[in-house]
Amino acid sequence: MKKGQSFEQAMNRLEEISQSLESGDIPLEESIKLYEEGIKLVEFCQSKLTEAEKKVQKLTRTEEGKFETTPLDEPDTSEAE
Amino acid sequence: MEKHIYTVTSLTREIKQVLETSFPRLWVEGEISNFKQHSSGHLYFTLKDEGAQIRCAMWRFKAGELLFRLEDGLKVIVEADVQVYERSGNYQLIVQQLQPAGIGDLQLAFEQLKKKLLEEGLFEESHKKPIPLYPERIGVITSPTGAAIRDIISVVSRRFPSVQIILLPVRVQGEGAAGEIARAIRDFNEYGQVDVLIVGRGGGSLEDLWAFNEEEVARAIYTSKLPVISAVGHEVDFSISDFVADRRAPTPSAAAEMVVRDRQELLGVMAYYRERFANSLQQRIDQYREAIKSILRSYAFRRPEDIIFQKMQRLDEISRNTAVAMLHQLEMKNQRISNIRQQLRALSPLEVLRRGYSICYKDGQVVKNVKQLKTLDIVQVKLSKGQFLSQVQMLGESE
Repeated sequence: MKKGQSFEQAMNRLEEISQSLESGDIPLEESIKLYEEGIKLVEFCQSKLTEAEKKVQKLTRTEEGKFETTPLDEPDTSEAE
Repeated sequence: MEKHIYTVTSLTREIKQVLETSFPRLWVEGEISNFKQHSSGHLYFTLKDEGAQIRCAMWRFKAGELLFRLEDGLKVIVEADVQVYERSGNYQLIVQQLQPAGIGDLQLAFEQLKKKLLEEGLFEESHKKPIPLYPERIGVITSPTGAAIRDIISVVSRRFPSVQIILLPVRVQGEGAAGEIARAIRDFNEYGQVDVLIVGRGGGSLEDLWAFNEEEVARAIYTSKLPVISAVGHEVDFSISDFVADRRAPTPSAAAEMVVRDRQELLGVMAYYRERFANSLQQRIDQYREAIKSILRSYAFRRPEDIIFQKMQRLDEISRNTAVAMLHQLEMKNQRISNIRQQLRALSPLEVLRRGYSICYKDGQVVKNVKQLKTLDIVQVKLSKGQFLSQVQMLGESE
């Protein structure tokens, strides 16, 4: 999934920021920039975490061989596997 | 009595008739040796035990039904007809069905494929791809009506409901299931827009789970660029797909728990980061304040302290605020702080010393004129790093 920033990238960056901030060998200006960036990432992640539940999609191939996703009907639980 | 003289052919025909009619279809157990697969697809081998051996042939259309490979040394039970091959005068068994002795044929096929793929390196740890820690889109390959998809949906909506599940429905058992599963893996790779694949189904008998033990599925998993989690059956069942996948989950629910973090836990992590960032920044401010104080303390320079104290007060103001409010303050005062630091740096004797100058003290007074000194006086010399005592050897001229 390559669209925009991913949650995983954000999490990795947060850990980096946290380490840089704590290492103590960066200038004050840099600390403040990192702090700002960190808070923005925290907010981005929080918004991802609280997004609404996504409907399960079904992947199918169209006649032209392209892929499309359509919402999946709730799985029929009565049928045994 | 007249001798009855057979021709070779007539005798052979008679033997053939006697033999073939007195042994209707039968079962024989023995060990395979001299196994050969002819290019025609027919199989030839000898069945033997300690005391005897008998030639066997298995025609192509029967051989094609075997799930496992024949090899010398394999103990088998065959269902066969006795046949005399007239042209060479041999008798042989025409094998209709063949099964391993003492072990199920599926079990044997499983062991054989496992061995083959292991030797080919399909299970190598070094080939396994890491499973993403926070996938946002999960591809699932399973039956649309089975327990597996139901379980995965329930785990995801409980733990991290904004994660997108994309199902590619397939048959997971019966004729053609392995082909569908393998194709689905390739399709997801072509589609590309998922972070990880879960391939699996709920538990069942070895026959039910068989598709996941087929070579076609194993190879599709191996060549997948997307990381694959194999989730077949219940805890105890292992399938070939488990060995070749990047990760094995004991059940489909466990696979979902493996890839989807708990939302509450992650929200906790976010709160923790907020606090940690604020604390770090607070500490940084404190460090700078400390550094300024120590400069003021260590040198008795008489400078316009007033300016410095004013600036210090500003730093104090900034640090008194909570970390979040502080951010806004700092944005405005950032530039000023930087100015203070530059001024302090320029003012600081430390800076002068750092350039290689040293300060000479006598009795606590800075020596600025050679007239302050006599030969053999002890003076204290302060450098950028450290200090030492020195004795005056000779006095020069004062300018």
